[in-house]
Amino acid sequence: MRVSVSWLREYVDLPADLPTGDLEQALVDLGIEVESVVDLAATVTGQLVVGEVREIEELTGFKKPIRFCRVDVGAANGTGEPQEIVCGARNFAVGDRVVVILPGGVLPGGFAIGARKTYGHNSAGMICSAKELGLGDDHSGIIVLGPDVTAKPGDDARPVVGLDDVVLDLEITPDRGYALSLRGLARELSHAFDVPLHDPALVPAPSGTETPAYPVEVRDTVGCDRFTARLVRGVDPSAPTPSWMAQRLVTAGIRSISLPVDITNYVMLELGQPMHAFDADRVVGPLVVRRAEAGEKLTTLDGVNRVLTADDMVICDDTGPISLAAVMGGETSEVVAGTSTVLFEAAHWDPAMVGRTARRHKLFSEAAKRWERGVDPAVALVALQRAVRLLTEHGGGTPSAEILDIDHVRPRTPITLPADLPTRRVGVEYPPARVVALLERVGCTVAQGADRLSEDPGAVGVASGAGTALSVTPPSWRPDLTDPADLVEEVVRLDGYDRVPSVLPTAPPGRGLTLRQRRRRAVAGSLAERGYVEVLAHPFVSPELADQLGLAADDPRRPAVRLANPLSEEEPLLRTTLLGPLLGILKRNLGRGHRDLALYEIGAVFHPRVGAGSPPEMGVDRRPTDAEFAAADAVVPAQPVHVAVVLAGDLDPAGWWGAGRPAGWADAIEAARDVLDAAGVTGERVEVRAAEYAPWHPGRCAELRVDGSVVGHAGELHPLVVAALELPRRTCAMELDLDALPPTPVTPAPTVSGFPPALIDVALVVDDSVPAEQVRRALEAGAGELLEDVRLFDVYSGAQLGDGRRSLAYKLTFRAPDRTLTVEEAVAARDAAVAVAAERLGATLRGA
Amino acid sequence: MSYRNDPYDPKQVALLDPAALDEAVADATKAFTAAADPDALTALRSVHLGDRSPVSLARREIGALPPAAKSDAGKRVNEARRAIETAYADRAEVVEREQAQRVLVEERVDVTLPFNRRPRGARHPLSTLMESISDLFVGMGYEVAEGPEVDLEWVNFDALNIPADHPARGLMDTFHIAPEGSGLVLRTHTSTVQTRTMLSRKPPIYVIVPGRVYRTDEIDATHSPVFHQAEGLVVDKGITMAHLRGTLDHFARAMFGPEAKTRWRPHYFPFTEPSAEFDVWFPEHRDGPQWVEWGGCGMVNPRVLRACGVDPEVYSGFAFGMGIDRTLMVRHGVSDIRHLFEGDVRFSRALGTGA
Repeated sequence: MRVSVSWLREYVDLPADLPTGDLEQALVDLGIEVESVVDLAATVTGQLVVGEVREIEELTGFKKPIRFCRVDVGAANGTGEPQEIVCGARNFAVGDRVVVILPGGVLPGGFAIGARKTYGHNSAGMICSAKELGLGDDHSGIIVLGPDVTAKPGDDARPVVGLDDVVLDLEITPDRGYALSLRGLARELSHAFDVPLHDPALVPAPSGTETPAYPVEVRDTVGCDRFTARLVRGVDPSAPTPSWMAQRLVTAGIRSISLPVDITNYVMLELGQPMHAFDADRVVGPLVVRRAEAGEKLTTLDGVNRVLTADDMVICDDTGPISLAAVMGGETSEVVAGTSTVLFEAAHWDPAMVGRTARRHKLFSEAAKRWERGVDPAVALVALQRAVRLLTEHGGGTPSAEILDIDHVRPRTPITLPADLPTRRVGVEYPPARVVALLERVGCTVAQGADRLSEDPGAVGVASGAGTALSVTPPSWRPDLTDPADLVEEVVRLDGYDRVPSVLPTAPPGRGLTLRQRRRRAVAGSLAERGYVEVLAHPFVSPELADQLGLAADDPRRPAVRLANPLSEEEPLLRTTLLGPLLGILKRNLGRGHRDLALYEIGAVFHPRVGAGSPPEMGVDRRPTDAEFAAADAVVPAQPVHVAVVLAGDLDPAGWWGAGRPAGWADAIEAARDVLDAAGVTGERVEVRAAEYAPWHPGRCAELRVDGSVVGHAGELHPLVVAALELPRRTCAMELDLDALPPTPVTPAPTVSGFPPALIDVALVVDDSVPAEQVRRALEAGAGELLEDVRLFDVYSGAQLGDGRRSLAYKLTFRAPDRTLTVEEAVAARDAAVAVAAERLGATLRGA
Repeated sequence: MSYRNDPYDPKQVALLDPAALDEAVADATKAFTAAADPDALTALRSVHLGDRSPVSLARREIGALPPAAKSDAGKRVNEARRAIETAYADRAEVVEREQAQRVLVEERVDVTLPFNRRPRGARHPLSTLMESISDLFVGMGYEVAEGPEVDLEWVNFDALNIPADHPARGLMDTFHIAPEGSGLVLRTHTSTVQTRTMLSRKPPIYVIVPGRVYRTDEIDATHSPVFHQAEGLVVDKGITMAHLRGTLDHFARAMFGPEAKTRWRPHYFPFTEPSAEFDVWFPEHRDGPQWVEWGGCGMVNPRVLRACGVDPEVYSGFAFGMGIDRTLMVRHGVSDIRHLFEGDVRFSRALGTGA
């Protein structure tokens, strides 16, 4: 909401020399956000004066008509001679008074004015349009001052055009509809500065008459609980909007249209009551206020032909709907150039209905904004009177003696407020008298609770509020005050938030981080230590990604959660694997010239509950039962937290020390094993197996199993995926489901023997198809308790081994907990290990 | 004397001559001194102390002497030998030390060569900041609560006193999950976890909720459709706004230094009443000490307590929430929020250590 301070001052006695900063601070302290404060006087520097046009010489031979003018600017130019100015506008004549900026002045936007030669003449200064002065968008011509302006040539033009004002751009929170008016803002400021308020709604307004001003039937008094109207006949259709009114509308960002329409908008700004002006001569028959029929049509003032639903409210005449109630009028009944009979309407509509209608039709008009946030139902007749008076004053005409008022507004029910509740909730001692005074200041009527009133009518205002209940009736303009907590806020807000002391509460002992949280940290830290860089990708992905990743038709990662309103139509899905967005980030880094990349992300993936349907309806008047909530929760997509890495380029970079080492499939698998280690899942629980799983290379993909269940995959990406996503050759990746990892039991401590080890190397020849993991397991199984460590130190295949065979060389470390092993013992253990490998896998000792 | 008749080799006797022994010592000492390194010195050892050395030869001659002269000659030979050995040892120490020095000089390297053989990885600064916020509150006895990112509209809105037709719901710029009527949204705030926590736990509740949230904001320097919040929720007997202020003050000092201050501005949130926005002032702001907007807070609306099964007659609570991205940007002077989500390794590497 944009308002000028001068207008505000008409309703509240602000201190005369109030610094703008103090005003801004006061608004902020009241809970009204100040988006900007513009001191208009400072937006135009130098001499901005009133001029009177003395001579106009039409210049021809240029692309457009140009005028060379002599303008009387009094003594402002120092010579008293007329100022010579070239002007491109044509909407003025000799004798008109205009606004002139003299050389040396600067217009908004830093546009400096000088004297220069143009179109063959010297031009010293400029005749200004409203737009050039930052006063609106009107650039159709220069400002021609009206006959009501008394300023003489040479006078400062700023006060004349409203450039001596300060304009506030205020952000009003959705609970405070009343602050979307001068009346409401003035009331708030009167609290802040403790100065008198001149409530523009506190003027006498005639009440409704027996005979209606116009026949109106309200068929839905829930959607419309008040409808007031009055006619003005014989209005001068040519009467212009007074410049002060137009100026205030423009400041508020509302276009000036015609006198009757401008008046409705002006009254809305002043009192917060949205209104509508009909051309009564264009309305056919009586008005009916009702819900629309589904499919009914109406062309609104913006020229859009709208199809209505049964939830919208309409005002109809004999021809059908002529106005989308509370939101926007229709074309057929709007005030037009020749309108002389004006029917003003000031009604009160159901906020929820207006909100739905505005959203449905995407019509967020100034009126709808106010209705949604709550309008004072008691101000309708005052607004009507104000509009009628403004119209007859500036456009002539005669108001009807009849006034329509269909009033179904229900009286407010009082709120019971324990007098000590503000103290208990805020932690500041508010004596009951203070509570009462503050609530009365915002317009509440406060009585003592009925139960105590009879016993002790004077108790309000005595020292302790404990046990005292106040009965508080909020004012009609504060529909937001419904609960005791709302009243507590009014007390602390007006008393000042800065008075709330700082006290640290004492929490009961906590249990620290959960296993899941500790694991995520350990995994993240471990990968970072290994050289991986953590990134946080957006989870939005394209439907094509599943194909690019080569996912099978029945892959569980294909069904995805879809956004109804994605930011980009190309990426309407939520990721089911971290790899898509992560590979996107890999590519962005490559595009920026980084070649060697090891990235990781820890984040949620989203798996829809296919066929889950809608959650059951749940109210808010009580807690849902566990069963109700569980039924609703079952609809929420599964969102396990995954960890993924992607690798491209060298993992060990080249340098002066030698060549680099490219990242490979083994690094991805190592990262996976690292993650499991960091998560505390180790030893025989972890198994690595060859797997064929998209998007990995079928011959270079490992699946990781924990306790027999697959928890993730790692390896080199499939060449087709690499091609489809335009990734570097041999890009590698790993992804694990962290939430699938089972809890870890307490690890028993190992026996750390101080006796020397016995080291024996064995080279085993096996078929190529035998995984090294199985050989290791066989050796471990066979070697028995004495085996401390198995280390594969060489893999060899060559002609002498025969086709399809390879040799795996292991270093076996044997050690006993209680003695130094003899050679015989170690050899026996070695032989036992080899025997199991031979039995299980057909392994033979190399050279044997 | 009786032995005068024994054969006597003048040459050999000359070896035992004191002058000859002195000369042998002098020769050896001179030679040792001339040896430049341990190898040269070692080579001289056999010449001056070996079997064929003058002192060794002289010792052999002692047997030929008359018994009366043996003791004297033996003493002289031993003295000479000791003198040579001492000279050798002294010189050895010198040349070995010199040798060691030379080796150290020769082995000198350029320690300023760039080392990047195992490039450091990095955490994302938002992750470390979320962890340090969690740690701060865990230290105060809070627990870290979590919830799903796609959640029920009821959890995100209704239970938080934002009914379907409330303008505040329209202001939230919500991502809705298809199809229409799914009842699901991408959570617009971490306050969803308020709802879930109160549904699943009994008071007293002290939780901190760091997490990722979503709004339909087009990406620019200050907006991202994905961002992060930390939400605090306390529900206990006798909780007041003063407790809220005390907690925020402590939080502010932990994040922005011991001189940091907070201030409140009245505001509107459907799920708190009274409500405020809070600003933080701190001296190290990159544009000089100043107030910056930090988050929203208030006393949990009794309607929310009721919807979540907490009796507002018995318990009261406060809640606060602030943008983690914004905190990071303000603290570190990050001018463009896109840096946080583009994943450029330079960004994480620069900020991804410490917290």
